[in-house]
Amino acid sequence: MELTGAQILLESLKQEGVKHIFGFPGGAVIDIYDELPKHQIEHFLVRHEQGAVHAADGYARSTGKVGVCLVTSGPGATNTVTGIATAYMDSIPIVIFTGQVPTALIGNDAFQEVDIVGITRPCTKHNYLVKDVRDLARTIKEAFYIASTGRPGPVLVDLPKDVMQARTEFEYPKTISLRSYNPNYTPNKKQVRKAARLISKAEKPLIYSGGGVISSHAGEIMTRLARRFSFPVTSTLMGLGAFPGNDPLWLGMLGMHGTYAANMAVNNSDVLISIGARFDDRVTGKVSTFAPRARIIHIDIDPTSIRKNVNVHIPIVSDCLNALKALEEELEELEEINWEEKHSSWVKTVKGWREEHPVKYETGETGRIKPQYVMEKIYELTRGEAIICTEVGQNQMWAAQFYKYHSPRTWLSSGGLGTMGYGFPAAIGAQVANPDKLVIDIAGDGSIQMNIQEMATAVCYKLPVKIIILNNSFLGMVRQWQELFYNKNYCATCLDTAPDFVKLAEAYGAEGYLVEKTEDVVPVLTRVFASPKTCIVDVRVEPEENVYPMVPAGASLTEMLLV
Amino acid sequence: MRHVLSVLVENEPGVLSRVAGLFSGRSFNIDSLNVGPTLEKGVSLMTISTHGDEQIIEQIIKQLRKVITVIKVVDLSDAKAVEREMVLIKLNASDSNRAEILRIVDIFRCKVVDVSTDELTLEVTGDQGKINALVNLLQRFGIKEFARTGTVAMRRSMQL
Ligand SMILES: Cc1ncc(C[n+]2csc(CCOP(=O)(O)OP(=O)(O)O)c2C)c(N)n1
Ligand SMILES: [Mg+2]
Repeated sequence: MELTGAQILLESLKQEGVKHIFGFPGGAVIDIYDELPKHQIEHFLVRHEQGAVHAADGYARSTGKVGVCLVTSGPGATNTVTGIATAYMDSIPIVIFTGQVPTALIGNDAFQEVDIVGITRPCTKHNYLVKDVRDLARTIKEAFYIASTGRPGPVLVDLPKDVMQARTEFEYPKTISLRSYNPNYTPNKKQVRKAARLISKAEKPLIYSGGGVISSHAGEIMTRLARRFSFPVTSTLMGLGAFPGNDPLWLGMLGMHGTYAANMAVNNSDVLISIGARFDDRVTGKVSTFAPRARIIHIDIDPTSIRKNVNVHIPIVSDCLNALKALEEELEELEEINWEEKHSSWVKTVKGWREEHPVKYETGETGRIKPQYVMEKIYELTRGEAIICTEVGQNQMWAAQFYKYHSPRTWLSSGGLGTMGYGFPAAIGAQVANPDKLVIDIAGDGSIQMNIQEMATAVCYKLPVKIIILNNSFLGMVRQWQELFYNKNYCATCLDTAPDFVKLAEAYGAEGYLVEKTEDVVPVLTRVFASPKTCIVDVRVEPEENVYPMVPAGASLTEMLLV
Repeated sequence: MRHVLSVLVENEPGVLSRVAGLFSGRSFNIDSLNVGPTLEKGVSLMTISTHGDEQIIEQIIKQLRKVITVIKVVDLSDAKAVEREMVLIKLNASDSNRAEILRIVDIFRCKVVDVSTDELTLEVTGDQGKINALVNLLQRFGIKEFARTGTVAMRRSMQL
C-alpha cells in the first residue's frame, strides 16, 4: 500500500520502538501532526524547541534509548541548535526531525526556510535532507542506527513539506549497509594483552572513567573489575554513576572541581586506565603535567579521542564493555597475583588523601543555608535513588560533589557544552521515561530562567519533576571566577532582580516553596519529595559560597585551591 | 610537514562542506583541495594537500574517517606516490620576449593553448616544485591570469 511521507515517518518510528516524542508544531510539519493522533506514539508538546531537544536528551541519558523530537522549519529548527550541540558534545543518541519548506522552494529564501542541515553539520554526528519520499524510510533507519551505534550522537533529518505529502510504497528496511560507517566494537587482542601485562606490573593503578562507560553499559563490569583487582576509581563529570559513589574504592570526580584524592591519585599513579573518557581540558588541567608518572591505557570507541590531547601508551579502540570483558579475561589468565595485597599500600595512600581532604565546606557564621548541605540532605532523603539532573554552574558542581551516585543513568548533566537551561527540560524527558522515579533538577537561579517556560509542559503532563533552586542571587560560577581571578569585579553577574519563584510555580499550577533557614531544608524537601506535583523549591543559599577544590584554568591538577 | 591525502567519499550534496567544515572547524590547514568523480557512480575522490605535525595529521586522518560519508582515507605523502598539478597561465608576450618564453615552454614541457598578438596562455602539469619554479621564471614577463588545480596524487605501483 502507498503511504504518505508523514505516514511513513510515523510507521518508521513505530518500527524503531519509539513510544514518546517531544515536539512543537508549525506550518512545515502540520502534515505530520495531522497524522500523529492515529498512531500509538505519545507526543509531548513543549513550550520552546530547545526544551524538546533537551527533553529527548534526558530521555536518552536516563534510558539508553534514542530520544526523538519533532519541530518545524526555520525558527523551530534554529531553536534546536543549542540542544543538539549539547547532545553532540556529550555523545547522546537523539534523532531530530525538522520540517523544511517544499523542495521546490529550497534555496529561494522562502518563508521560514533555513539551511538547518548546513547549520547543524558541525554539531551532529550526521544529518540528512530527504528530497525524495522513496528515500525516507531508509534515511530514518540510518538515522537511528547512526545515532545509537559507535560513539553515539545526535542525527538530524530535515523533511520538506512536499515529501511529507508525497506517496510511495512503504517497507521498512530490515538491514542496513553503510560501507563508510562500521564502528569497531571489539578490541584488538594483542593490545588488551599488553594492557593486562602493564597492569600486572603496576603498583599504583587508577581507573579514570568517562561517559563512554555509561553509554556502553559497562558500569557493572567496570565495578566488578575495580573490586576484583583493587583499582581505585575516579571519573569525569560525565562518568558519574558508573561506579557506585559509596564504594570504598571511589575517589570522587577528577579535574577542575575534582576531589583532592582523585587529583593526587592521577598525579601519582603509575598506570592510568582511561575508559570511555577523552582527556578534556577541564579534566586534565595543564596537559603537560597531567598524570606525569603514568603509562596510559586508553579505551575508547572513537579513534579520534585517542592521542587528541595526550599521548597514550596503549590505545584500545573498542566499545568499553567488550574491552573490559577482554581485559578481565586477560587479567584472570595471568599467573596468580594477590591483587588486594599488591595494591594495598596504594589503596591506603589514596584513602589517606581522601580522609585528609574530603569534599567539605565550612558551616559558616552567617547562618545562611549552605548549598552543599542541601545536596547532602537530598542524597540522604532519596538514599541516592533519585535521577538527578542539573543546570550549569556552581549548582552543577555541588550536585556532582555532594550527592553519591549509585548507578548509571541517574546523573544527567551537560558536561561538554555546559548548557544553562539543560537540566529542567532534561528532567522532563527523564520523568517521561521513568514515571515511577523521583526526578530532581538541581538548578541555579540563573539557569532555571533559561527554560522556565517548560513549567507549562511539566504541569500539563502531570510530570512531578522537583526543581531545587540553589538560589544565590548570582550567576555564581562566573562570580566565583570574578572573585578569584578578576579582583571581585562582579560585572553582570548579580541577579538581584529575580522572579518570586513560589508565585511563579503557582502561576503555572505547580507547587512553590521558599526555604530560608537551614532547619527548614529537611522538612520542606521531605514534603516536596512526597508530593505528586511539579514543585519548585527556592532555597536561599549563601550568596558568595565558592566551589572547592578548584584547579585554576590552565594550572596543574596538583595546584588545587582547597576550602 | 606537508601531506597529501586521498579521500574517497560518497557523492552526496553535503560532502564537500562536511570535509571543508571539518578543516575550518578544527583549525586544520587546507593547502589545496581537488574533487572529481571516480569511475564508480556516486563516489568522488578528493585530494587534499595539508600540513601539520604528526599528531595533527593523525587527527586529520581520523577525523576524516569519522565523517559518515567518507569511505576511505589514504595518506600519500611518502615518496611512493606520484603527484601532479595542472596550471593555466596567461602572460604578456610581446614580440621581443615571445621567443624566450617559448624556450622556457620547451624546457618545462608546457603547452601553448592560446595565442594572441600580445598574450600567450600556457598549460603545464607537474609537481609542486616544478610549477613553482616555472612561475618564478615567468613572473618577470607579467602573469596576467593564473589558475591552478591543486594536487592530485596516486600511489606508485610496487617496484621490483
Ligand atoms: C547558555 C549559557 N550561557 C552562559 C553560560 C556561562 N555560565 C556558566 S555558569 C554561569 C552561571 C550560572 O548561574 P546560576 O544558574 O545561577 O548557577 P550558580 O553558578 O549560581 O549555581 C554562567 C553564566 C553557560 N554556561 N550557558
Ligand atoms: Mg546562581
